[in-house]
Amino acid sequence: MAALGMFDTANLNGGQKLAVKYFTVSLALFGAQVLFGMLAGIQYLHPDFLYGILDFSVNRTLHLNAMVVWLLFGFMGGVYWILEDEAKHPVVALWLGNLIFWIFTLAVVAVVLVFLLVQVGPAEMKSIWFINEGREYLEAPRWADIGIVVSVLSFFFNVAATFAKGKYTGIGGVLVIDLLALFGLYLAGMFYTPNVSIDQFWWWWVIHLWVEATWEVLVGGIMAYMLMTTLGVSRKIVETWLYIEVALMFGSGILGLGHHYFWIGTPQYWLTIGGFFSALEPVPLVAMVVHAVYDSGVHKLKNSNHPALAWTIAQAAGNFFGAGVWGFMHTLPQINMYTHGTQWTASHGHLAFFGAYACAVISFFYIAAQKSRGNVWMSSGMVGAWRWKWAMTFLWVGMVGMTMSLLIAGYEQSQIERAVEGSTWMAYFTAQAHPWFVQGMNWRLISGWVFSAGFVLLAWDLLTIGKRETRPAAQIHEQATASA
Amino acid sequence: MSQEAWWASGSFWRKSAIWITGLSFIILIFLTFDSMSYIKAGGKQVPNYAVINQRVDYQFNEAQNRYLPVIGPEEPLFGKKLTEDEAMAMVSKGKLNVQSKNCMDCHTLLGNGAYFAPDLTKSWLDPYWGSKESREQTMVDFLMDPSNKLHNGIGRRMPNLGITEDEARATVAFLKWMSAINTLGFPNNFKAMDQSDAPAPIAAPVAVPDAAAATPATGAPVQQ
Repeated sequence: MAALGMFDTANLNGGQKLAVKYFTVSLALFGAQVLFGMLAGIQYLHPDFLYGILDFSVNRTLHLNAMVVWLLFGFMGGVYWILEDEAKHPVVALWLGNLIFWIFTLAVVAVVLVFLLVQVGPAEMKSIWFINEGREYLEAPRWADIGIVVSVLSFFFNVAATFAKGKYTGIGGVLVIDLLALFGLYLAGMFYTPNVSIDQFWWWWVIHLWVEATWEVLVGGIMAYMLMTTLGVSRKIVETWLYIEVALMFGSGILGLGHHYFWIGTPQYWLTIGGFFSALEPVPLVAMVVHAVYDSGVHKLKNSNHPALAWTIAQAAGNFFGAGVWGFMHTLPQINMYTHGTQWTASHGHLAFFGAYACAVISFFYIAAQKSRGNVWMSSGMVGAWRWKWAMTFLWVGMVGMTMSLLIAGYEQSQIERAVEGSTWMAYFTAQAHPWFVQGMNWRLISGWVFSAGFVLLAWDLLTIGKRETRPAAQIHEQATASA
Repeated sequence: MSQEAWWASGSFWRKSAIWITGLSFIILIFLTFDSMSYIKAGGKQVPNYAVINQRVDYQFNEAQNRYLPVIGPEEPLFGKKLTEDEAMAMVSKGKLNVQSKNCMDCHTLLGNGAYFAPDLTKSWLDPYWGSKESREQTMVDFLMDPSNKLHNGIGRRMPNLGITEDEARATVAFLKWMSAINTLGFPNNFKAMDQSDAPAPIAAPVAVPDAAAATPATGAPVQQ
């Protein structure tokens, strides 16, 4: 084994070595998301910027899809990271995991190149199959959809088979069932219909049930492990909480899908069902905050990895505010009538994805950085600790700044475009030209620069943290993750 | 204390999670089947594709206290009446164009998409297109070469996406059909183009659920 502070994959088990590959691509795609988000943000204020070269639609497509894929890579990495530790068994088909990793990565590169260089196609099915499917979040062409399904299916196989050969823990059981749902739900989005109402009905099955149900549960599973690892919370406590969260998450989130069925041609009863169940969606997120804060307090914040724990607590708070509070603010149909399709949604989307998912994946990046350097000491007093603290500060200040700016722009749109002017072409542009909107976009861009600086610091930190550290980490981990 | 309270037991919550998830999913499946009867073309809230042969309007309905599509007399798109199959083929080509040109990453459709350009839900009825006589050609011209047309005062322009004339006409058909979907009043307060120089609309095949139960399948006249 290499000396403490030296990066060496010999410090890791097989699943963790594979996880590091996923985390590396994940971090690179996070950078791509920030880059294309910035280009799109600039275009709101300077519409001629890259006009006809990289139009807003191209930048936004890449902004969204880079996000979906970096989070997915982060989750897959997260699951591979904990897999052998949880199942007490080596990954059964590591070769398959590696193969899928390379195929998935090459497919992502191919899709990005097509988005950048080809951009659009003729009104024929071949465009849907090979260029762009043209459905927000699911822009990847159909061949890539098939690739995603195959990847998720083989990932499911690897995880399920490893737990089956080793031992099923509570976390393992939840993850396996969740991955099956993750695979099955994606199929709901893979068809073409001329009927835009039917299209959007099933499209939401993928977007909502992935993001607001299966992703939340998957993150709940890997963050349960994170609390055991960093804080030393007992397995019995985290697993009981996990079951409570799954019950509340699926109990509110599955029928909460109805909040996307208010205005797409769907029947009126969705106003009631969607409004009611989506109003309950913050409840499990409150539970997660209580759980994280209570356990941190009980353990007097004594933990083995300060940056990872800081991002874990940030995840609980960000998930609650971004997904819970910001979602609830415009989920009731009486309000949604005026906010649907405005910057309100963008405000919610930014804070929710960052809070619920980005923070979770970043906390795993720090666990991986620690372990791959021989499980070094990682604390607020370590050498170069300013970097992780400032990275986190810049990312959060930037994100909160973007969220608030977009919210103000959204308020103005609801008032002027929707309520007063009546949502026509002129109403839309009257609202876009209003000083409140323009100021909102200016502050969003400034906050975007702050966020970008945070990303650069984060990447620098992840590559170097622990390098000059020679103390070993506190031994909290082994004792806590032991099965009951 | 050795006795564990039931509400703190892992097995109670595990079973609860399984039952709650299963039950929610079964309800969702049931509602999905029911919703399909509303949103299939020719369903209770989504019109047949041949609706593009008729005038489509969007007006406030006092009885239901919301804006609703109003289907009027015959007004074939581009002056040519189509069969249901021909209309479906045209709308489908328009939808394929909307997807292959990635419209949804600037615009919203039914309020979903990106927020860089106006919502397209009722764009067929937008006063921006001038009069109803010139609307079809203005829309086709705009789609084929939007970059040099006047859009707004803030300099934001739609790029040229290489849309052919056939694609542009099909896209207009798709937009006209989409404007006839009953979206339960979204967008509220939309001030539609004045189409009142012809006789008043005669029927509303697209009805909301409450009314649908009490009306024949062909729809009932809507009071103006």
